[in-house]
Amino acid sequence: MSSIEIEAVNDPVRAAASDPVRAAASEPVRVVVSEPVIELRRVSRRFITADGHALLALRDFDLTVRRGEFVAIVGPTGCGKSTTLNLITGLAAATSGSVRVFGRAVEGIDPRVGFVFQADALFPWRNVLDNVSAGPRYRGVAAAEAEAEARVWIDRVGLAGFERHYPHQLSGGMRKRCALAQTFINRPEVLLMDEPFSALDVQTRVVMQDALLRLWETTRASVVFVTHDIDEAIGLADRVYVLTARPATVRSVHDIELPRPRVLSEIRYQPRFVELSRLLWNDLRPAAVAAI
Amino acid sequence: MATSSQSLDASVTVPIDDEAERAAVRARRRYRTKVRAWQIAIVVVVLGSWELAGRTGMVDRFFFAMPSLIAAKLHTWLTEGTVIGSLAQQVWVTLEEALLGFVIGAVLGVIAGIVLGRNRMLSDVLAVYVRVANSIPRVVLGSIFIIALGLGMASKVALAVVMVFFIVFANAFQGVREADRALIANARFLGASSLQVTTSVVIPSAMSWILASLHVSFSYALVGAVVGEFLGARQGMGLLISISQGAFDTPGVFAAMVVIAVIALLADALLTAAERRLLVWRPGVHTDRP
Repeated sequence: MSSIEIEAVNDPVRAAASDPVRAAASEPVRVVVSEPVIELRRVSRRFITADGHALLALRDFDLTVRRGEFVAIVGPTGCGKSTTLNLITGLAAATSGSVRVFGRAVEGIDPRVGFVFQADALFPWRNVLDNVSAGPRYRGVAAAEAEAEARVWIDRVGLAGFERHYPHQLSGGMRKRCALAQTFINRPEVLLMDEPFSALDVQTRVVMQDALLRLWETTRASVVFVTHDIDEAIGLADRVYVLTARPATVRSVHDIELPRPRVLSEIRYQPRFVELSRLLWNDLRPAAVAAI
Repeated sequence: MATSSQSLDASVTVPIDDEAERAAVRARRRYRTKVRAWQIAIVVVVLGSWELAGRTGMVDRFFFAMPSLIAAKLHTWLTEGTVIGSLAQQVWVTLEEALLGFVIGAVLGVIAGIVLGRNRMLSDVLAVYVRVANSIPRVVLGSIFIIALGLGMASKVALAVVMVFFIVFANAFQGVREADRALIANARFLGASSLQVTTSVVIPSAMSWILASLHVSFSYALVGAVVGEFLGARQGMGLLISISQGAFDTPGVFAAMVVIAVIALLADALLTAAERRLLVWRPGVHTDRP
């Protein structure tokens, strides 16, 4: 698919014109929504280890993320979940299969992609304001403008009043808030998250998950959220991919039809949530046991 | 701002109103006094027994001098000047050479460390030469510099540069290599170019390594300057030592040593202050300013 075709699909009228059958089947808006932003087809990835062996991390992996969709990937520890994100960013290359982002093969880091890390990736020598304004500054926005924008995002994540604090003066949850503001300020169209909340305590995690959903609902980026926490995946995502143990491949895909906007601390007690949780755990259990 | 930052710290400070806590504070103060007392006692005992050994003839004062003779020498230098001019003049000459050598060596070291640290191929190619150059006893280069650059300031500065360069280079290189991968990746996703990654992530994270090396390397710059003067000069503390040595004036050698030590200590205090300012972001070094 070339970039020209993508533009055509982006435009509902032209998309409908080029595909009358589909246009008749559903309203044009659905065509836009269903366009894949990220598409992995039969992707495998082999590593060469230090002692010269080849290690298969990912096998025949399929993943589709449409525009504005929140997808979670759940898998046992060390199964290769993070590898999928590295493939999407271009930090790792697929050994076979195709990886397409925004309709084309991945080459280098795309400015429309944002990434939230598991580890603390704030710049420790910069205060909150300078951390959050880093993205626009890197992209050539004038200092005053970048700072004004940063203040808006700092306020949105609830860190107003802490602009001059250095990361080491903040709690783990506050550092995560800062990291979210730092990423969201760039308005990424694709947001990749690699177990961003796994280092937080349980209460803080729930608060951060809600904070993430509120931010995401304003931007509607396409999200790939990697986690080992089933409840986190169900609570956040529209669709959950359950992976097998290494070499990881898709074991099952579940649509999470829980209504939005969601409040994590409430929906987790709904019968449907509990049911989904049990369903996913049944899929995950063999891999989780194998991983031990 | 100040209040919110205090409430963020792990503990909230409250005034002491408990007898046990007051006792703990007193115990801490007592401990500090005790440490200081021991430090003074050691100086007194060492200098006192040295003086005593010299006066009673247990140690030959001609070869090993005595604290009182050294003090007298320093007094003479301060009031009447040295054989080659005023003491301040000699100190300034040496300091100037050391400072110049320090600045040039540090700048070159930082640049070389960052360039090689960021360029894997280049550093792999040059690694073997760096190791060879590093294992040369660099003081020996002083003789060559005196021959090539003469008795003036240039030869001393050159020696100080060489002494400083390798220390700073090694640290800057290591600091660049140790820069957190996650931070570099984060900067890239936020939109940083390769140059921006270097200036905004790699250099700041290497800064604590570089500053640590600056501490050590100023005293090396001083050694370079003094040794250079010792090998051949018209002025400076090294020449003063050389002349004192030629005249079998041991108190003179010791007195020059004391002066150099004082310079080194003062420079170290200055560098520590600079480091505190540059590393405010680091926990522990940070001082809470309102």
